[in-house]
Amino acid sequence: MLADTALAVMWVGLTCYAVFGGADFGAGVWDLLAGGTRRGRPQRQLVEHSIGPVWEANHVWLIFVIVLLWSAFSPVFAAVMSTLYLPLTLAALGIIARGAAFAFRKASTELWQQRLFGACFALSSLITPFFLGTVAGGVASGRVPPKLAGGDVLTSWLNPTSVLGGVLAVLTCAHLAAVYLCADAAREGRAPLAAAFARRGIVSGLACGAVACAGIAVLHADAPALFHGLTHRGLPLVVLSAVAGLGGLVLLHRRRYVLARPAAALAVAAVLWAWGAAQYPAMLVGGTTVDQAASDAAVLSACLIVLAVGAALLAPSLWLLYATFQRRTPATPPDARPQRPGSP
Amino acid sequence: MPVLDRLASGAQSLAAAAAGGVSEGDLAAARAQMGFSLAWHIVVACLGVGLPALTLIAEWYGIRTGDPAHRLLARRWARGMGVLFAVGAVSGTILSFEMGLLWPGLMGTYGQVIGLPFALEGIAFFIEAIFLGIYLYAWDRMTPKRHLLTGLPIVVAGVASAFFVVCANAWMNQPRGFTLRDGRVVDVDPWAAMLNPASPPQTVHMILAAFMVASFLTAAVYAVAMLRGRRDTYHKAGFFIPFTVGAVVTPFQIVVGDWAARFLAEYQPAKLAAMEGVFTTGSHVPLTLGGIARDDALRYGLEIPNGLSLLIGYDPGTVVQGLDKVPRSQWPAVTAVHWAFDVMVAIGLFLLLMAAWLLLWWWRGRRGNRELLDQRGSRPFLWLAAIAGPASVIALESGWCVTELGRQPWIVWGIMSVREAVNPAPGLMTGLWLVLIVYAAMTVATVYVLRRLATHAAVPLAPQEEDVERYPVV
Repeated sequence: MLADTALAVMWVGLTCYAVFGGADFGAGVWDLLAGGTRRGRPQRQLVEHSIGPVWEANHVWLIFVIVLLWSAFSPVFAAVMSTLYLPLTLAALGIIARGAAFAFRKASTELWQQRLFGACFALSSLITPFFLGTVAGGVASGRVPPKLAGGDVLTSWLNPTSVLGGVLAVLTCAHLAAVYLCADAAREGRAPLAAAFARRGIVSGLACGAVACAGIAVLHADAPALFHGLTHRGLPLVVLSAVAGLGGLVLLHRRRYVLARPAAALAVAAVLWAWGAAQYPAMLVGGTTVDQAASDAAVLSACLIVLAVGAALLAPSLWLLYATFQRRTPATPPDARPQRPGSP
Repeated sequence: MPVLDRLASGAQSLAAAAAGGVSEGDLAAARAQMGFSLAWHIVVACLGVGLPALTLIAEWYGIRTGDPAHRLLARRWARGMGVLFAVGAVSGTILSFEMGLLWPGLMGTYGQVIGLPFALEGIAFFIEAIFLGIYLYAWDRMTPKRHLLTGLPIVVAGVASAFFVVCANAWMNQPRGFTLRDGRVVDVDPWAAMLNPASPPQTVHMILAAFMVASFLTAAVYAVAMLRGRRDTYHKAGFFIPFTVGAVVTPFQIVVGDWAARFLAEYQPAKLAAMEGVFTTGSHVPLTLGGIARDDALRYGLEIPNGLSLLIGYDPGTVVQGLDKVPRSQWPAVTAVHWAFDVMVAIGLFLLLMAAWLLLWWWRGRRGNRELLDQRGSRPFLWLAAIAGPASVIALESGWCVTELGRQPWIVWGIMSVREAVNPAPGLMTGLWLVLIVYAAMTVATVYVLRRLATHAAVPLAPQEEDVERYPVV
């Protein structure tokens, strides 16, 4: 019971990372595809304004998941990290490049610097979710045996399910970002930009759907256990995801940008929970179950209590963060800032 | 002697691991990668802990007096803080990856024991990141007092993160809170593991070090500017706020450092023996400065008779344990640890002298040392203050080398060797090269961007209201 709770809490963290942090990566993908310096300027500005204040907090969800995995399910953490160390190292480097380059770009003034750091930020926003997706694919298709570096160094993440996971992760991030950015652009009163992102949201959403449909065949051939789980216990969640995803597209089309946000997020969350439901109670397919991997009860309860207390602190703080920056028009670019300090 | 029993049982596991398959090169690569990325992160993390406090002091003073120079200073520091916090956040994330990528043996067995401080650290870091976002981006969206308040959680959470994460490191030195039964970890008490005996001295020492590094490093920037002739309010405040904080913290740090060393004499004598280069157990042990470890003795050093015995027990007859009490296979690299320790102590004493010098000035100046500093006589002081910045970083890195190298060959002291913990997968050397390249690029970019932030918008001689308003924090 305690172990299941810890797993559920960890999955909530993973969902938050996908839904919030994923969108930050997706924003980087759109930054990459925004076109030349002049043409892409409004989009890049919007991306910068939207994710600037929140990406660091969103990024902490990843740390949360990692720490909870190693605290509550140490052997699983060790097995996953040691077998999949190549994609995880590449994802880690992508995380460094993304965060640092984003901060550097914001602090630079000259065009060539902004281009250099911007390219670095945008490219790493593309590769990081891809590699994290391949890791998920490797775990979900049962390629991580329950021992240190027991799996194949390459095929554990270079396989059909992993590639599916990687591509789906990138597309999902891009879709989420496009949907979120619509509402941000609309709030700033930039209707053409909002419409442009709505188009991107619809295209990326359809691409997600197409890849997911193709993925059915991939999983059937490559990861039968996962396929069975998704088509049985996980089926309601898979259906929910499809419905929410389609609903989100309809809302985007009708320019109901604010409502499209939860729909898109729900679609992504439902996929993650479908995976969880399909695989449960196995943590490493064909190897370790939740109960086998779980830490000492004292550790689990201590961590859960601490996290509950932490949540009591974090919830109002997060609310303050999002409320501060979603309430009114985001700050105008620095060079055109009219307010006096202290004035509302 | 429980310590000796523990070491003896550890020796067996060490021998067993030596028979295993991890290559010498991969182990060295893993150690180098972890060491390098930690050494990098520790500097940024210290700035992340200390700089918000300095910024808040400047902002508070600026709000209280309405002085545009202080308010501009706060904004400019905040901008640098934003960059440093971002690289600190990502380089810290890499460390949590590396715990698993490089040391799965440690995490698979003991991950649950040290999970709690990391979970707490995660929460603290979360709060830090949230309020940093608000503090930086909402600067012009709330009243000054309210804005100042949103900065306080950053300082508190920063100190808390440092405390928690160093608790986990302290556990590696003093592993508690679990029982090993047939190679399995049972009866875990996560609170006892977190609050192990090494936690108090190590955490306090580290937190004070963070404030010292942030203070002296920031002050050094303005010391250089003042040496170049910028002696306006802005640059004086930029120098004196951090330098005063550093000067206040330093004496406490010396006392805490002494406590930490005395703690080692009792709990981790092998580390102290390596730090001081003591090979033979005995009384009337001299304090040796410098020297090279050769043929089981520290040679060519400067010896102060009875010095170490006096320092540890206030009595020349105090017995100090030497490395002869520890099997040779478990000796750390004596010369490196000893030199790192001596360098740290020497710099600490140098900083203490600088603090005393500042105090003297303050005392003599009565009305504040600012008038006195305008005189020519202050140039040597500013020169030394400019050196104090990088020196404090060297002290920080040396101190970190002492505690990490001094624990070798153990990853969990007396229980698990680094060899047992390392990832058996092949190719760790490649990872090291990749990480080195990325970090080299990040170092160049960070320094460059910070320099550009400082230089691209020149600070006016007497900042006015509009200079403050026009300076963008983000």
